[in-house]
Amino acid sequence: MPARFRLTEGGRIDRSNPISFTFNGKVYQGFEGDTLASALLANGVHLVGRSFKYHRPRGIMSAGAEEANALIQVGEGARTDPNLRATQIELVDGLTASSQNCWPSVEFDVSIVNNLASRLIPSGFYYKTFMWPASLWMTYEKVIRNAAGLGKAPEGPDPDSYDRTFAHCDVLVVGAGPTGLAAALSAGRSGARVILSEQEATLGGSLQSEPNLEIEGKPALEWVEAARAELEGLENVRLLTRTQTYGYFDHNFIGLMENLTDHLKEKPANLPRHRLWKLRAKQVVIATGSIERPLVFSDNDRPGIMLASACRTYLNRYGVKPGSKAVLFTNNDGAYAAALDMHKAGIHVAAIVDLRANSEGPLTEAARDAGLRILTDHAIIATAGDKRVKAVQVAPLSADGESARGGGEKIDCDLVAVSGGWNPTVHLHSQSRGKILFDDSHACFVPGDSAQASTVAGACNGSFGLGGCLSEGHDAGLAAAKAVGFDGKGSASAPSAEDRDFLPARWLWLVPGDKPLGHGGKHFVDVQNDVTAADLHLALREGYRSIEHVKRYTTTGMGTDQGKTSNVNAIAIVSQYFGCPIPDVGVTTFRPPYTPVTFGVFAGRDIGDLLDPARKTPMHALHEQAGAAFEDVGQWKRPWYFPHDGEDMHQAVNREVRACRDSVGVMDASTLGKIDIQGKDAAEFLNRIYTNAWLKLKISSCRYGLMLGENGMVMDDGVTSRLGENHFLMTTTSGNAAPVLAHLEEYLQTEWPELEVYLTSVTEQFATVSIAGPNARKLLAELTDDIDLSAEAFPFMTFRQGRVAGIPARVFRISFTGDLSYEINVPASYGAALWQAIMNTGEKYAITPYGTEAMHVLRAEKGFIIVGQDTDGSVTPIDLGMDWIVSKTKDFVGRRSLYRADMDKPDRKQLVGLLTDAPDTVLPEGAQLVEKIETGPTMAMLGHVTSSYHSPNCERSIAMALIKGGRARMGQKLYSPQADGKVITCSVSDVVFYDKEGERTRG
Amino acid sequence: MVEAYLRQSPLSQLALPSRAVSEAGDAGVVMSERPFRRIVNLRGDPKSDAFLSAAKSTLGADLPLAPNSAAAGKDTSLLWLGPDEWWAISEDNTPPLADKLRDALSGQHTSVTDAGEGYTCIAVSGPKAIDTLAKGCTLDFHDSVFAPGSCAQSDMAKAAVVFHRLEGETPSFEIYVRSSFAEYLWRWIEDAAGEYGIAVTG
Amino acid sequence: MLEINCPYCGPRFETEFSYGGEAHIERPKDSENLSDEEWGEYVFMNSNTKGVFLERWVHTSGCRRWFNVARDTVSYKILAVYETGTEPPELDLRKDV
Ligand SMILES: [Zn+2]
Repeated sequence: MPARFRLTEGGRIDRSNPISFTFNGKVYQGFEGDTLASALLANGVHLVGRSFKYHRPRGIMSAGAEEANALIQVGEGARTDPNLRATQIELVDGLTASSQNCWPSVEFDVSIVNNLASRLIPSGFYYKTFMWPASLWMTYEKVIRNAAGLGKAPEGPDPDSYDRTFAHCDVLVVGAGPTGLAAALSAGRSGARVILSEQEATLGGSLQSEPNLEIEGKPALEWVEAARAELEGLENVRLLTRTQTYGYFDHNFIGLMENLTDHLKEKPANLPRHRLWKLRAKQVVIATGSIERPLVFSDNDRPGIMLASACRTYLNRYGVKPGSKAVLFTNNDGAYAAALDMHKAGIHVAAIVDLRANSEGPLTEAARDAGLRILTDHAIIATAGDKRVKAVQVAPLSADGESARGGGEKIDCDLVAVSGGWNPTVHLHSQSRGKILFDDSHACFVPGDSAQASTVAGACNGSFGLGGCLSEGHDAGLAAAKAVGFDGKGSASAPSAEDRDFLPARWLWLVPGDKPLGHGGKHFVDVQNDVTAADLHLALREGYRSIEHVKRYTTTGMGTDQGKTSNVNAIAIVSQYFGCPIPDVGVTTFRPPYTPVTFGVFAGRDIGDLLDPARKTPMHALHEQAGAAFEDVGQWKRPWYFPHDGEDMHQAVNREVRACRDSVGVMDASTLGKIDIQGKDAAEFLNRIYTNAWLKLKISSCRYGLMLGENGMVMDDGVTSRLGENHFLMTTTSGNAAPVLAHLEEYLQTEWPELEVYLTSVTEQFATVSIAGPNARKLLAELTDDIDLSAEAFPFMTFRQGRVAGIPARVFRISFTGDLSYEINVPASYGAALWQAIMNTGEKYAITPYGTEAMHVLRAEKGFIIVGQDTDGSVTPIDLGMDWIVSKTKDFVGRRSLYRADMDKPDRKQLVGLLTDAPDTVLPEGAQLVEKIETGPTMAMLGHVTSSYHSPNCERSIAMALIKGGRARMGQKLYSPQADGKVITCSVSDVVFYDKEGERTRG
Repeated sequence: MVEAYLRQSPLSQLALPSRAVSEAGDAGVVMSERPFRRIVNLRGDPKSDAFLSAAKSTLGADLPLAPNSAAAGKDTSLLWLGPDEWWAISEDNTPPLADKLRDALSGQHTSVTDAGEGYTCIAVSGPKAIDTLAKGCTLDFHDSVFAPGSCAQSDMAKAAVVFHRLEGETPSFEIYVRSSFAEYLWRWIEDAAGEYGIAVTG
Repeated sequence: MLEINCPYCGPRFETEFSYGGEAHIERPKDSENLSDEEWGEYVFMNSNTKGVFLERWVHTSGCRRWFNVARDTVSYKILAVYETGTEPPELDLRKDV
């Protein structure tokens, strides 16, 4: 059985395709082609929500994206979205929707008491009430959120998938109403790559609500259908329906959100729910149309009070009667079309209340001919009805429009259709930083000059007649195509249609009520945020002047609807208060998004495992098989430690550290950054980059280098080897490979272009295996027969080429552990094979794979720094006690900064060792150190612990710290107060804790 | 010679051969790994005739000088990477190029660096290849901008890559990616192509 | 998101580039003879121009070349790109600010 308010014929719904849906727990029927709003209205449901602040009953006020009242929660559990506009939700079988912002139900909401207490909730209420004391804000916020609603967050992770894509086109046309279709046709026929985006599922825009219009002498919708067919046939045109163009950013970068599956009952597997289009368009045609403006009158927010254009849409597009007995309230001729449509559909039109003294125009004539009652120079001064409007009070206006003459007449009705004129949808134009002008004749803001490669056409440009829209659209599309280099041949001529404006009009921004403003009866300006004309006046009385401040203080236009129906009325009311022209008040900024965008599309597929690359070395799978725990070093996954069964981290690390001192350990060092440096000035280049001297390094030798920023602070370190006269291989710390290469390129290209040097990243060309420990030489000897490993033939800080395990290799005798150590580089694809060969051969030496943690302990025993751990961008080589590596005889990056007077200050933080009094106590890294314990709250801090470990080889804890004037404090007792109130006592020491003479390294 | 079986490709852990089909069917996107290519990174001054002619005689073709363009040399593909940087790419079974280039260019301000061990190549083709790549890359892959035979360095998802569009009617790309990013990138592309249907080929 | 025309690779999205601050600041060759203030001026002080600003960018994800850009810091319009080490082209600054 069809719903009660459904017309038996007409509209663009499919009556052969019934759909059931649930709203607030009750099952209803609608048809394919309905929105949730049209289906509810067909069932006589007007009350759909409660207002934000006062919890007043609210209904559906519009039929489009501008809806400020009917905000709906769709779905349940993890698959739910709050704040969707009922007017934009396509009806799909099984849809579950509910009102938000009401408790316990939309019919009975306890917070309605806010309405009675509204005198206590003035503008700026939140600022005034909740600013003090600050400590209570969290509590306030919870209460407000609970009462205010604004929908519910999903209860679990979003089960849907979202897509994101970049895109490019010559011409983007936004909006597929008559203007946009004409633009897409002329641009598309020219051969340009066109994207036509439309927020709705169907094309035609306002034409879908207008039954009588003709284009090219035939019904307008036939022209729309032909346009659709032609555009779909053009290979260079992409039609994106159900796609909201939500943001216009710099350099014609546009954000669009496409809805792919919400309207489908069966969601195809693998199809994302929404797609974000990140589009670069060479030209943009903005054809976003216009939105009807409500009138601001007393208690203008009751369910059943709607925009006149919305009533036409529900009648003509959805075959739904939005009421049985209607009163129209207008200031222009355009709304009479709604009265005539209602009359024809069998709605009793009780009266047309027209603010104008003289009602005129072709539609007015038609209404008179139809015998409709027209009350000119009249206003609605009050409305009645709780969950639905049931009557209006209509009275004649005083000459100045400031007040009503007499108590007037009560007219019963269940529908009030309102028209206050039209606002061009200038949001995208404004977001693009285009100028906004005021059009006096239509009393609305219209686009001025464009700031980017865009044009505005049609109703969005203040051209309200159909003929003008079509020709402007056509011209804009053609001009855009020509601007990107197409000749425009084959674009035909603009489609023709009659032109008709909604003029003339009377602009009465604040319709007088039966009581003075603010004394009973609310003149709502922004229904979503419950801002009334009285609130605006209060803000102005309190001294606010800038419209941007008034907006924030009263929150008008700051809801999810972005003030689509409220902004102009608010600005006009402010201008009236000051008695100045509207343009003098200015216009508030339109910000993206035009309508809310699902969070999921911004994340796209960059979630879970795909959130960030997990960089893996060639040996990664072997480490996984060995049960390694991994540590993130930048994006790299590095083995942290290799626990045996039953071992905790501490035990595993101790075992690994001991193995490297007692026999042999093996580590995957492939992540070290490697930069190939070639050219006749390569040595000179290194000389300028590093703090130490490089010109005389012998071929086949290696040297440790320290690199500074121009501010003198340590930036990176590593070993660089001379492969040939003009050929070096630099290593960098693992996380720093890209920044170091960028640093080198910057100096090479911008400061020293005269140097003949080329840099190439070869980090991943090689797999690197480091073997360390007294048995390292014996192990390596079993794996190579073409390298003489004797200490004399292959001394410390040199490298040799040969074969290891049959694989061509470069073997470096360098050490970060302080023990006999070799780093073996092989082509990356052989990394796993090399690792396995070393593990197999090393079995007899109980070879032990070790991870980054053991490496950190081993190097700390030797006092070797880790850049980024023992330094933090504020540490010089002098602070580190590494004066020995700083040349006094040449320039290098950062040198001059080391001689600044401030660098000499005795209280600079210097790197020292720390030994705790209790050898088993390990200082926490980051712990602060003080000279003496005070009872009061502020103790002068001397510095902090940068590295701290239990050292199995020293059989006690060791730590490194940056301490003010640290080197002058050798042996001094320092104290580290802990969060639990305990104090750790330690003394300052040298940073080298083990094998101070370095015999083991060179052995 | 080193035993070839000792080599492992960066995507070996994905066991792609076990998924490979011989016919792509109606898959919108066809993917495969083309590992172990030799890549020589070549730097030099394009204004130097000596450099260009020495390079040409070794490579069998002029170095491509137009931005984002590729050329075919003798058994090699030559990709323009920058105003003074190229890749010469050849299959594993061809003689190593780097030494020949070094010899031919000796004495000039150039650099010749083997780079192939640090990369693998992911091939992506099929009628939906462009839609798939557009999801992760800001480049315009349209025929009018990125014609067959073009190449470009850019980012795909969060990995730095080199794209090479092969000749042919159906969009067909080779994507060179650093080995450590290969698993991530493969899985990202496969996820992005999910809505179009994927076939893995050998 | 800006579109930057790399002088070598052509127009690319901003995400492929890294910013390098003010252009045409030469590293002093005689830093020995500079006072701390003068050296500090070089290392730390950049102008913060409202209007057309000459700045450095590097095409990180592409050719890795550094180059210069004349950009209006108000409108974000890019008026010119030119190679490192060359002079900026003549610009009608009054018109663009
Ligand atoms: Zn570039």
